[in-house]
Amino acid sequence: MTSPPRGRAEMFQVRIHGRGGQGVVTAAELLSLAAFAEGRHAQAFPTFGSERTGAPVTSFCRVDDSPIRIREPIAEPDALVIQDPTLLHQVDVFSGLATDGYVLLNSSRDFEELGLETLHDDRPASRALTIPATEIAREVIGRPLPNAVLLGGFAALTGLISMESLAGAIGEKFGGSVAEKNIAAASRAHDRVRDAIGEPARA
Amino acid sequence: MLRQVEGSRAVAEAVALCRPEVISAYPISPQTHIVEHLSDLVRTGDLDPCEYLMVESEFAAMSAAIGASATGARTYTATASQGLLYMVEALYNASGLGLPIVMTIANRAIGAPINIWNDHSDSMSQRDSGWIQLYAESNQEAVDMHIQAFQIAERVSLPVMVCMDGFILTHAYEEVDIPDQEAVDQFVPSFEPRQVLDPAQPVTIGAMVGPEAFFEVKYLAHAKQMEALDVIPEVAQRFAIDFGRPSGGLVRRYRTEGAETIIVALGSVLGTIESVVDELREAGVGVGALGIKSFRPFPLEEVREALTGACRVVVLEKALAVGRGGIVSTDVHEALHGTHVRCNTVVAGLGGRSITRESLRDLFERAGRDELGPLGFLDLKTDLVERELERAHGGTPSGPHEQNILNDIGVVAAGPH
Repeated sequence: MTSPPRGRAEMFQVRIHGRGGQGVVTAAELLSLAAFAEGRHAQAFPTFGSERTGAPVTSFCRVDDSPIRIREPIAEPDALVIQDPTLLHQVDVFSGLATDGYVLLNSSRDFEELGLETLHDDRPASRALTIPATEIAREVIGRPLPNAVLLGGFAALTGLISMESLAGAIGEKFGGSVAEKNIAAASRAHDRVRDAIGEPARA
Repeated sequence: MLRQVEGSRAVAEAVALCRPEVISAYPISPQTHIVEHLSDLVRTGDLDPCEYLMVESEFAAMSAAIGASATGARTYTATASQGLLYMVEALYNASGLGLPIVMTIANRAIGAPINIWNDHSDSMSQRDSGWIQLYAESNQEAVDMHIQAFQIAERVSLPVMVCMDGFILTHAYEEVDIPDQEAVDQFVPSFEPRQVLDPAQPVTIGAMVGPEAFFEVKYLAHAKQMEALDVIPEVAQRFAIDFGRPSGGLVRRYRTEGAETIIVALGSVLGTIESVVDELREAGVGVGALGIKSFRPFPLEEVREALTGACRVVVLEKALAVGRGGIVSTDVHEALHGTHVRCNTVVAGLGGRSITRESLRDLFERAGRDELGPLGFLDLKTDLVERELERAHGGTPSGPHEQNILNDIGVVAAGPH
């Protein structure tokens, strides 16, 4: 049984970790576009490090029912999306995560195999998942770009945005066959996560 | 139309709505997305007529803008940081000649050490360049200020910088209401230049002026900035009527009535400050904020009026006058001359250091207990500074500061990870 996301009525904050070239910044932007399309207020912004392919990059997205004025980086996220599992050894990705916060990690292995079984200590199993986003992207998009795939999974995991709004956001940002493929890949991840947690988060 | 859009793109669209005839620019982070989008609009013919000049440097960008503006073309450019510094000589010419160029500054730190992140060192370094300087709090205000800027510039015949925080605003996706062309056309009339270079009616612009008249011409620049103190609020007022929202103007008060402590700041940090003010007000603490929207000309009277009821004022500055401290606070001090309001300066957020609600809460608290000295540094890691000073005074060559400090904190590549 998944409890409803805390996104309604109070601000919901998402932090996305990845590497330059993986679409980390775009992911936060897409999330904000989808939330905006649902009539909510959203703010997405990046923290660029050295702007190099492969360098750790963090992006942020806030969603609220009221206008968002604060501009500080998100230190205490309600949800984490980790686009590259190799960051676990380099960056304190879990810093400040709420004890019942959501985690979606791009990996073909599960948390136990990754030595992260403690993630399930305080939170329901349905709040922390891994999905093989790079593999799905390779298969469906033809390129190892995990960002849209993870957002599909994120939509199912948290219920913060619907798959329809996400598809709309991807279409708005990319258009054409790039959008189509990314939407298809995101939908696959969405269905996979929905099956894994047993029911749609926003029933 | 209300849209979820990147700040840079929103500003580019707002600039295009004002129908600039010449854009000359050179890319530099974090301004690049703005001019990139404008060059696209020119290429596709969506912004037409307009000539986009891809020049070889910022010095050339401003020089070309001066030439274009002198021929009577509405002219726009954008830059940041080292790019602004590279323009400096031309900046003074643009203002001295009274050319109403509009320029976006995507505020960024100045090296060394090299740093691409946000603070106000770049535009503050041009405080006395003769340009009007407006500071936007949000992307909505950045859009609105650009639309107002063309009119302010052309009415007083002075160039205007619209300053928006690099990355924090330029790279943020948030909702922005971008007006339609018709409304902007009504608000921004066609440009009627006070002086035009025209082969049919030759004039000299920029004649050499000796001691007999230099002072007077220079004074005119000051007189026009003083005029702008009337024009800026007039334009903001008309904007509010035409577009239905307040934006721009000289200052913005936020819950200053009955406030014992007021924080004065510029730019995007105001949003975070206002949210802390709300929290503290709810807890019964008498605090408020004053946003300075027009730093040049400096609205002494409005600032004085907004602050005189307070016991103390904290000027939060995103720039450091090395060897002195505050920059904005010097002006705020003058505004408070003769009152009993105490004024503290706090330097914060240099080179992209986050200004958090937690630090601001603490700052308000310490201010309320009168624990702030005349000059403070928010979230400065003093232990690192002390260790490096010790090394530097140690007698042996201690090496470059920046590398030593990076080594101390164990960072291999710059950036907040």
